[in-house]
Amino acid sequence: MNRCTERLYNGLVKENPTFVLMLGMCPTLAVTTSATNGVGMGLSTTVVLVLSNMLISMLRKIIPDSVRMPAFIVVVASFVTIVQFLLEGFVPSLYDALGLYIPLIVVNCIILGRAESYASKNPVLPSIFDGIGMGLGFTVGLTCIGIVRELIGAGQIFGKQIIPIADEAAGKAGYVPVTIFILAPGAFLVLAGLVALQNKIKANAAKRGKEVVEAKGCGEGCASCNGCGGKVFPTGNEE
Amino acid sequence: MSENNYKLSSSPHIRDKVTSSNIMLMVVIALLPASAFGVYNFGIPALIVLISTTVSAVLTEYIYEKLMHKKITINDWSAVVTGLLLGLNMPASAPWWMGALGSVFAILVVKQLFGGLGQNFMNPALGARCFLLISFAGPMTKFVYDGVSGPTPLATLKDGGSVDSMKMLIGTIPGTIGETSVIAIIIGAVFLIMLGIIDLRIPGTYIVSFVIFVGIFGPFTKAHVGFFDPQYITAHLCGGGLMLGAWFMATDYVTSPITKKGQYVYGILLGVLTGLFRLFGGSAEGVSYAIIISNLLVPLIERVTLPKPFGKGGEK
Repeated sequence: MNRCTERLYNGLVKENPTFVLMLGMCPTLAVTTSATNGVGMGLSTTVVLVLSNMLISMLRKIIPDSVRMPAFIVVVASFVTIVQFLLEGFVPSLYDALGLYIPLIVVNCIILGRAESYASKNPVLPSIFDGIGMGLGFTVGLTCIGIVRELIGAGQIFGKQIIPIADEAAGKAGYVPVTIFILAPGAFLVLAGLVALQNKIKANAAKRGKEVVEAKGCGEGCASCNGCGGKVFPTGNEE
Repeated sequence: MSENNYKLSSSPHIRDKVTSSNIMLMVVIALLPASAFGVYNFGIPALIVLISTTVSAVLTEYIYEKLMHKKITINDWSAVVTGLLLGLNMPASAPWWMGALGSVFAILVVKQLFGGLGQNFMNPALGARCFLLISFAGPMTKFVYDGVSGPTPLATLKDGGSVDSMKMLIGTIPGTIGETSVIAIIIGAVFLIMLGIIDLRIPGTYIVSFVIFVGIFGPFTKAHVGFFDPQYITAHLCGGGLMLGAWFMATDYVTSPITKKGQYVYGILLGVLTGLFRLFGGSAEGVSYAIIISNLLVPLIERVTLPKPFGKGGEK
């Protein structure tokens, strides 16, 4: 696997931001009331993540270490503003549905985390692919949660009625939606359920002797690594 | 002395014959008057709801433990208690699958996923009841009595109407299956107190603090109610799930404090929260929410009220 596809795999499966790293929980729990919202939020974040990773990677030799956080935030905030205006202009319905959570992409810890732990230490192309991988991983996570919540909570997927709803007034039998799943508690229940499910799948895969995919303590881009950047100092030679 | 009562192990060396399954069985027996009255009051639909909640609670527990290769604990009656309590907290007009879904939630999510009996962080029956209440607000608050769908006495009270306290005491009023008859609940509660399974500490402080709260703050919400208006307080005491909650659900061993001081604090908290929800909240009833919120605070209450061992904690 070359470096770019490795980054994609890393973001989608190995260090999936939603199910493995548990990053960006705030939009994950708040906007996934429907699959459409999940996709919209995921893709908006992906765009910002790719562009900010690219620009930060380009500027990584110029930005002084001591002021890197403000510099990252400025870059991210600019892209978020662009995305926000684009959404408002072209998909106003999604813009209304996501509401406050679009400007809040600025403080999404996935974006700042990737900038800090990957883009600021690596060349442009891998950084872009890292952004794509992480962004798509986030999108997949949000969409999965959105689909489950929408299906149980409203009997729909992407706004299309999958299961016919019971209508007591018309005497029609059918599915009675479990409304709690499109309310806040449902987000926690579904997220917990899906995380448990994918942990179970991974555990089974490991048991069968397949390649174990799990976040190692000090991979080169792992969020828990906090910036050693994969540089391993030889013993006896530490600073 | 043929039985081996002397176990070579660390303390305690003297063991009581009372086990958790005995206690749970007694609680089931104590709930029977209320259940029987519910079935008498609401007819066959009530019986169907009670059976579906109880059976599915036990089945869920069995299937989960079977699948997870755990010890099967359906013999300890705790799942029956949970299912029965959930059924008693539902309106008789609710469809049977709603009760079954609630039982699955109670046993699977609230009880088993947190470690089974003794580990649940809130009362499973009440957790499930609130789950159903949020999910199916319509069917869960539709109370049909004698073929007529009408407001519960508490809702009437909230809207400023007057209610018949005598009927509320006997229980011939709309409401959930088990909460309507104060007399039937008290019979069960007295039975439990006589056996020493529950004591008066939690229900007593709960009810007294609730009466004080309603007595003081009732006049602020309704113009025609005076301070400590006896009729208003009686109606509040007999209406809704207060009695069922105070005697059977607030006293749940797992989710109530074990320290004496803590039990008083817990009772007062319950009384104040229930009063707050009923008088100033959006809906007419607040017992379930008051109990599960207090359940969540129990670890904190216990930590604060932990008694000091003899000899510890003198002058520093």
